[in-house]
Amino acid sequence: MQEASAPQAQQGHHGPPEGFIRKYIFSLDHKVIGKQYYALALVAVFIGMILSWLMRYHLIYPNGKIFGLEFLSKVGAPGGVMTPEYYLSLMTMHGTLMVFFVLTNAPFAAFGNYFLPIQIGAEDMAFPRFNMMSFWVTFVAFLVLVTAFFIPDGPPISGWTAYAPLSAVGPDAGPGQGWGQNLWGISIALFCVGSLLGSLNFIATTLDLRAKGMTLMRMPLSTWAWFITACISLLAFAVLLPACLLLVLDRMAGTSFFIPAGLVVSDRLQAHAGGSPLLWQHLFWFFGHPEVYIAILPAMGIVSHILVNSIRRPLLSAKVIIYSMMSIGFLSYMVWGHHMFVSGMNPFSSLMFSFPTLTITIPATVMTLIWLGSLYGARIRFTSASLFALGFISMFVSGGVSGFFLAQPSIDIYLHATYFVVGHFHMVMGVAAIFGVFAGTYFWFPKMTGRMMSEGLGKVHFWITFIGTYCIFMPFHYLGLAGNVRRYSSFVDDFLLPLMPVHRFITIAALITGAAQFIFLYNLIHSRFRGKVAPVNPWEATSLEWTIPSPPPWNNFGDRHPVVYHDPHQYGVKGTLGDYVMQDSPEKIENES
Amino acid sequence: MTTSEKTAAVSRTSAEEAARSGIWVGIAAITMTFAAFTSAIIVREGTDTAWHHMTLPAVLYFNTLVLILSSITLELSRRPVAARIDRRDEAGEVNSRIGQFWLAGTLVLGLAFLFGQYMAWRELASQGLFLATNPSSSFFYVLTAVHGVHLLGGLAALGYLTGKLSMPAPRLRRSTVEATAIYWHFMGGLWIYLLLVMRTRL
Repeated sequence: MQEASAPQAQQGHHGPPEGFIRKYIFSLDHKVIGKQYYALALVAVFIGMILSWLMRYHLIYPNGKIFGLEFLSKVGAPGGVMTPEYYLSLMTMHGTLMVFFVLTNAPFAAFGNYFLPIQIGAEDMAFPRFNMMSFWVTFVAFLVLVTAFFIPDGPPISGWTAYAPLSAVGPDAGPGQGWGQNLWGISIALFCVGSLLGSLNFIATTLDLRAKGMTLMRMPLSTWAWFITACISLLAFAVLLPACLLLVLDRMAGTSFFIPAGLVVSDRLQAHAGGSPLLWQHLFWFFGHPEVYIAILPAMGIVSHILVNSIRRPLLSAKVIIYSMMSIGFLSYMVWGHHMFVSGMNPFSSLMFSFPTLTITIPATVMTLIWLGSLYGARIRFTSASLFALGFISMFVSGGVSGFFLAQPSIDIYLHATYFVVGHFHMVMGVAAIFGVFAGTYFWFPKMTGRMMSEGLGKVHFWITFIGTYCIFMPFHYLGLAGNVRRYSSFVDDFLLPLMPVHRFITIAALITGAAQFIFLYNLIHSRFRGKVAPVNPWEATSLEWTIPSPPPWNNFGDRHPVVYHDPHQYGVKGTLGDYVMQDSPEKIENES
Repeated sequence: MTTSEKTAAVSRTSAEEAARSGIWVGIAAITMTFAAFTSAIIVREGTDTAWHHMTLPAVLYFNTLVLILSSITLELSRRPVAARIDRRDEAGEVNSRIGQFWLAGTLVLGLAFLFGQYMAWRELASQGLFLATNPSSSFFYVLTAVHGVHLLGGLAALGYLTGKLSMPAPRLRRSTVEATAIYWHFMGGLWIYLLLVMRTRL
């Protein structure tokens, strides 16, 4: 791969920012853009969490009054009591906000934008203007989505998956299926554009802007994860965009891509013909499955990066981690049909999707074994960051194992659309990926702000969250096996009533665990202004971000052009600074592999 | 080769590399989008018992020739433009004029293509085939519109290049010209692919 040559060849496409707008609003600086994405994800996650509280409360008190809800929606919550349709609206918005605006933004767009250029020794991303555009397009997408809360009919009820024909026929299908669904479609289409611009930047930057000596194999594992995620993201969002376009056309232009003939909805014959609802599922899940790997891969990279630092020795094999992440990325495109086992498609197709789904468990397991094997016998430095990294492994295993079951069509026929599935994806995405974000936050906060977060509060946050999320999501698997259907707003069937005590336990756990996240928020904000001043390299880490001031200057390395001599796994060696050698240090290491 | 020629040949700045990678990355994304549309057509055609085949308006074939011609004029502009950028010879002014001529020609042909697409839409409308009339007409309008939108992007880039070259001392990277050319040729190739799909499926 090409290395940057003479100093003037660096991407000096923007000078130091001048003026408030250029510095903080329409900034070309990847670090500001990264923080903007993080702030957006933070707002989205708190909205999403509150929505989940509303849902959990309603599940145990279906006729309960929720103070203030009628002000949000007179139609959806008359007298403060949630209608079943409004439950589905809140569920749709919860899923959409969390999957897109939190899990795609925080681990990938936020940390990736901030740290990828620095970790490879670059001054900025390859296309800073595209980068700025990508954030603001995503921000507009967020505003468009949230507007759905405030229109009279409310948000859509079709779930984050927006299955046709429910999502395609229009207002006849129920509340929120008028402009609510239109806003959803437009918002997600915009989000796709933002993601595509972002991924383009990540890929071009990684391929072409690496510093001298920074070969691909010397890149930190977090950078590898962002790079592979960007490759997946590019191809996946490029498919969701046309899908959303076709959906919006069905809804607003009278086409029939997804709506079959003869559909009678709310006693009204829909004037469409020849469309295929299954087509939407194929297009959506072709995007949707890679999307969940987009959510988890950066967390895997961040956790690997932090783990190496915490155990003070290299992983068993960084190369195998990299190849495993690549395999996961590649295989992620072959498994989308496992979301459609019960859709009525040919059972032989189910077999064809089941094989790669089971195969993809192999690189994931290999990575887990490498992490665990590397931890064995290590003297671990327990910090908030490393605790969340370790917690990630636990959550990833607990959540991932249920995937082995769901991968088999015969078992999935029973478990599909039950709480078993909900438990699976919440543990891997809602918990493990978020643990990756938490770990990254505690680890990189000193670099981003020049101040340390409170370790005490961090540890309290960790333990409550760790125990709390197990309390919330492990019982979901039991509920699913007992036949508890998902996406129901209340459980009135005979066979579901005995499960209500479990639901009550879960709701209480959810409220407590959710409340504990305010400890994190407080820690974040308080430390930003009052935290202890951070040294340049508080974790004695080796990668390039720890060679620059905290917070870094606008051009990252100043007038320096870093030269890289080692990989980032030189821990447990005799270095001049201690038991580690930094990547840009020219000192020779005995027996360097 | 003069010294400046050698420098130009050897200089692989990271910005240039990024532009070259970037355009291929963008092309990969656009390819996936049209792959999605193609699979949508195939699935739709497979499930639809009453698929109406449509006759493609004849003007489309003329438009295809226009687009192929525009790729040729773009290639003809490459050498004079490169010479102008490198300021290789004292005939810089002449080079610039030739380069601009072929570039402007490409732009005009591109606009002619889009106009031709509009005429194709008009012809379909006169037959009573609109966006929502039947599935094949829906796909026709969607495919031609999405291709047209992407082509507009290419036209914007060509306009930018033409504008830059008209300046007395144009500061333009070779990679920008290369990337624009690659993109434009890709749009041509994509159109031929779409024409084949529409011819055989719609």
